[in-house]
Amino acid sequence: MGQLITKLKQEIIEVLNLEDVGPDEIEAGAPLFGEGLGLDSIDALELIVLLEKNYGIKIDDPKKGKDVFYSIQTMADFIEKNRL
Amino acid sequence: MEGCYISRSCSIIGTKVLVDGQTDFNTEQVVDFNTFIKSVYKHYKIGFLKFYKMDNLSKLAFLTSEILLMGSGLQQKYSPEDTGIVLINSSSTLETDNRYYLTIKDKSNYFPSPAVFVYTLPNIMVGEIAIRNKIMGENITFVAEKYDPQFLYEYVSLLMNEKIKRCICGWVEFERTGSCYESLIYLVEKDDITNRNIKFDASFLEKNYLDLKA
Amino acid sequence: MVYIAGDNVITSLGFSTAENIRKISENVCGITRSDDKRISRTPVPVALVDSDRLEKEFAKIPSKKQYTRLEKLAILSIRDALLGSGVDPSDKRTGIIFSTTKGNIDLLDPDMASRYEDHRIHLWSAAHEIQQQIGNPNTPIVISNACISGSLAVLVGQRLINNGKFDHVIVAGADIMSEFIISGFQSFQAVSEEPCKPFDKGRSGITIGEGAGTIILTTDPPNGKKNSRITVMGGGTSNDANHISGPSRTGDGLYFAINMALAEAGLQAEKIDYISAHGTGTGYNDEMEAKAIAWASLERKPVNIFKGYIGHTLGAAGIIESVYAFESMIGNLLFPSMGFTNLGVSKDLNIIKTLEQAPLHFCLKLASGFGGCNAAVIYRKE
Repeated sequence: MGQLITKLKQEIIEVLNLEDVGPDEIEAGAPLFGEGLGLDSIDALELIVLLEKNYGIKIDDPKKGKDVFYSIQTMADFIEKNRL
Repeated sequence: MEGCYISRSCSIIGTKVLVDGQTDFNTEQVVDFNTFIKSVYKHYKIGFLKFYKMDNLSKLAFLTSEILLMGSGLQQKYSPEDTGIVLINSSSTLETDNRYYLTIKDKSNYFPSPAVFVYTLPNIMVGEIAIRNKIMGENITFVAEKYDPQFLYEYVSLLMNEKIKRCICGWVEFERTGSCYESLIYLVEKDDITNRNIKFDASFLEKNYLDLKA
Repeated sequence: MVYIAGDNVITSLGFSTAENIRKISENVCGITRSDDKRISRTPVPVALVDSDRLEKEFAKIPSKKQYTRLEKLAILSIRDALLGSGVDPSDKRTGIIFSTTKGNIDLLDPDMASRYEDHRIHLWSAAHEIQQQIGNPNTPIVISNACISGSLAVLVGQRLINNGKFDHVIVAGADIMSEFIISGFQSFQAVSEEPCKPFDKGRSGITIGEGAGTIILTTDPPNGKKNSRITVMGGGTSNDANHISGPSRTGDGLYFAINMALAEAGLQAEKIDYISAHGTGTGYNDEMEAKAIAWASLERKPVNIFKGYIGHTLGAAGIIESVYAFESMIGNLLFPSMGFTNLGVSKDLNIIKTLEQAPLHFCLKLASGFGGCNAAVIYRKE
């Protein structure tokens, strides 16, 4: 799980162009949206692409995405449960 | 029709940033655009993280506009609807179109990217400037083979006469292979705010552009 | 005064204004389900122009040059619009404006690209081919401003006639179907699995269409031709300054554009007889539009949307849908909004569901697009 969390942090920094943000600055349990990283609706869509591209998991219902992408931890939990 | 004045101009070309025709920043070294534009962003202490999500064309337009508007007190003097934005370019978003195409062309590795797709419209660079500065007035993006200062002058004058009180206008071009980029944006106002008596007219715009390219 | 001297539309409903209106009157829908993997990985509703007919119609034009799909659509549309307009395309005082979002985007494909010069993928190059073919001497003014491009093209044409630069302007717009566009909107989860349902409770996204539209603007007074009773009274553009892909939550930008249009036209909101809305069928756009319409005190005005018939024709939409609005005004007809059944926005709008007759003198045409842009144009029937 720890490895997956680290990997996810690196991936979202790269995919979402979070320049000048280091993995140690992202708390696994902290909300990704709203304050903090300032992610928006386009970032949410890119996270859906990330999940499919890197983990083979497809999210068809965007509403489901809200829970999955709450934090790095919830993303990791979801991947562990659903990965191919 | 009453004339307007140019309060300020900003240009980014090659390794330089020019303000009112004078070099304000020069990286000296020729580097790739990405490296160059980040150094400009850092030098001017822009502090706007969404910058990093923009495509190259929008980064170029956005930074030119940011530097243009430094110290001009935009939001204090005008209400959101009173400022317009008119930009022209030649390649539209072809460089970004190519990037987006790469995310769909290989059917075995097919992952269309929304973050890239959204930038495949040339008016997005106008949108970024509008959002940053809460500008809600007349806005438009034209595409032309070559920069036409006469047309820019005519259309902006028309808007200044009837619809808006200030205009951010000019030329922002990012060539499709990324080998060439240039921007030249003016802040045009009805009054001679800076007391430099630089009239907004086609011959000034033409000469200004020729000087830039020289 | 800026009059309409002629027009044409080419869409999934046919190749002339008359044919399109006839099909609309007969409740014909131009949207079909496509299995073509060249445009979408999964089956998707789209509104396509009949390719065989396009080739057949274009073959009637004596030309040795090779033109792209986009250019053929635009050339055919302009030529038809010019017929009987009394406007001479070769006149220096006739300007030409071309609106498109992606131009010859099909030339990104290397096979397609190999048939044309390198620069043909540029929007100005496509416009140049069109301008040359119809014999106009002026450099085309090309507008690429997302989904409001067509409306902007009309406004710029009106403004350039009013300031004396031209006596007539050919305003043409076109966009073609492509995997580029479909996949892009799919990545936004904005493409409906069913034909779009503008303003409906069950709406779930857009349906992409392709097509071309032309409006011939002139300063010449009406001469008895039916459409020359229509004038462009004015309009405005604005920006939400909110987000590059999501519209304003309050409708403030579009509200402002509507007010600018009313101010230029010298009209109170009360005088508007009919609104031709943008109505893409996404949750956010339609709700934003409803808010703007209500805010402008137009909540009870008859509103319809045409995208349920022909899909969203992007850079051509503002022009094509304006032409439909002209026909509505001339015939005093309010066409039903195909795809709409139950109101699904927070404002109690008067969306037309069945064909109605009503005296129509002032029409408000709305458009909004990516980048936060909005446009409102007011047309008058004399």
